Amino acid sequence: MIEGLLRELAPQVVGALVRRYGGFDTCEDAVQEALLAAAVQWPRDGVPDNPKAWLITTASRRRIELWRSDSARLRREEAVFALAPPDPDPVPAVDDTLTLLLLCCHPALTRPSQVALTLRAVGGLTTAEIARAYLVPEPTIGQRISRAKQRVKGTAFSLPPPDERPSRIAAVLQVLYLVFTEGHTASAGAAVGRVELTAEAIRLARQLHALLPDDGEVTGLLALMLLTDARRPARVGPGGTTVPLAEQDRSRWDSGAIAEGVSLVTHALATAPVGPYQLQAAIAAVHDEAPTAAETDWPQILLLYDLLRQVAPGPMVTLNRLVALAEVEGPAAALAELDALEPSGHYRADVVRAHLLERSGDLAGAREYYTKAAQRTLSAPEQGYLESRALRCLSGKPLLKEDPTPD
Amino acid sequence: MKYLVLIYGNPASRSAWAGMSDEQKAAGLRAYVEFNEELDASGERIVSERLAAPELTKQVIVREDRVSTTDGPFAEIKEQLAGAYLLECDTEERALEIAARIPEAPYATIEVRPVMGLTGDVGFEL
Repeated sequence: MIEGLLRELAPQVVGALVRRYGGFDTCEDAVQEALLAAAVQWPRDGVPDNPKAWLITTASRRRIELWRSDSARLRREEAVFALAPPDPDPVPAVDDTLTLLLLCCHPALTRPSQVALTLRAVGGLTTAEIARAYLVPEPTIGQRISRAKQRVKGTAFSLPPPDERPSRIAAVLQVLYLVFTEGHTASAGAAVGRVELTAEAIRLARQLHALLPDDGEVTGLLALMLLTDARRPARVGPGGTTVPLAEQDRSRWDSGAIAEGVSLVTHALATAPVGPYQLQAAIAAVHDEAPTAAETDWPQILLLYDLLRQVAPGPMVTLNRLVALAEVEGPAAALAELDALEPSGHYRADVVRAHLLERSGDLAGAREYYTKAAQRTLSAPEQGYLESRALRCLSGKPLLKEDPTPD
Repeated sequence: MKYLVLIYGNPASRSAWAGMSDEQKAAGLRAYVEFNEELDASGERIVSERLAAPELTKQVIVREDRVSTTDGPFAEIKEQLAGAYLLECDTEERALEIAARIPEAPYATIEVRPVMGLTGDVGFEL
């Protein structure tokens, strides 16, 4: 697993170089080139005895070449210092990884830039891999990364002051969750040869959790990812269609991931201040722990949504809560609340209305709203899913209340 | 998010272009070069193309396995596609802002349409 080793070492090597030489910009470029060289040489010549030291030495040399072509003016002053590669373990690598994550998710950067920079500098992905993952041309991602690095050029490579840390860590969590959702929704088979973004997000969230084990929201995010990803084997039906939660074959869920996620979120809720990722993970845990869809503890889910609505209100939380409310108090109650909401104009409101109408037996109405939502979504897999739901309403087959028996 | 920006010319804009001096045309094209460079630097331009004259349009019609090709353009259509940008932007507002700065925007009709993607709401599979 050379690829895995390279990705694991990437942030440590960037950290070692930046600490030694300064200049995140050039150091990160140099590490990227060292990683590319290793990806070619190691499978051919074997993995070196000390892979980290190899990467640091190669990146140090590459950095000198880059910087020579970059600024001949500084060459004489820095040359001697720059020749010796840094000690592979000058400071604990864990601190560097956290510093690097926070730097990549710097508030001066746009969200897509934070994502691209994090995947490259911390995740060790190549620009080409990131471009493939996001279905944009490589130069677009290359520009985004080099521009992002220009923007953070003057930023010190050290942990931000304690009072800034919560908001900076919150940005990292958002970036990791974005990477996860990109991979999760695209897993319906539409893109072949994409990097496993869900796996990458989980790996980075694990790293962050190892660095900050007492942060309840970091734990919550890792749990949420594990509990959501656990259902992946059952999410995709024949032909790449999305299978609704209520109809998934639960024996195909990843029980190991569920157990880990449940244990993480249980611990976080018991020991840390409650936050939105923990609550979303708790909701996912209630679903994952139900042996059948019919046995889902909906009152518990509704309670968690009520809490989530207080902690992190938003239109999506309001809409998703109505789905839980329909299960506890019936679709009529949920439809009444939906009618009372200010019209958001978001297609997701149409999805929820369609679902509630289907639940209440109004298949014609459900079909109308599924169709309307399908026309307005910007996600191709989601469109296919909504169209299939609309079709099913046409055939007069109502939404199953019980777990379906496989046929 | 990707956005396709479509630039439609009309008879007035086409004759305005035809009536420009070489210097004016060169200045117009230079404005595009600078505009594109700026969008390349921000990583927002995926591709853009200027289309050949609408007179060079060919329409391809396939019906019941028969292919027929006819010459365009189609006189009743006043607005003709003149060029397009494929952008990658953070927000729709940003795409609209870029669209408004297209050098020929004052003479043309510009449409901005989101491109379908693969990403959706994690919780959509109700």
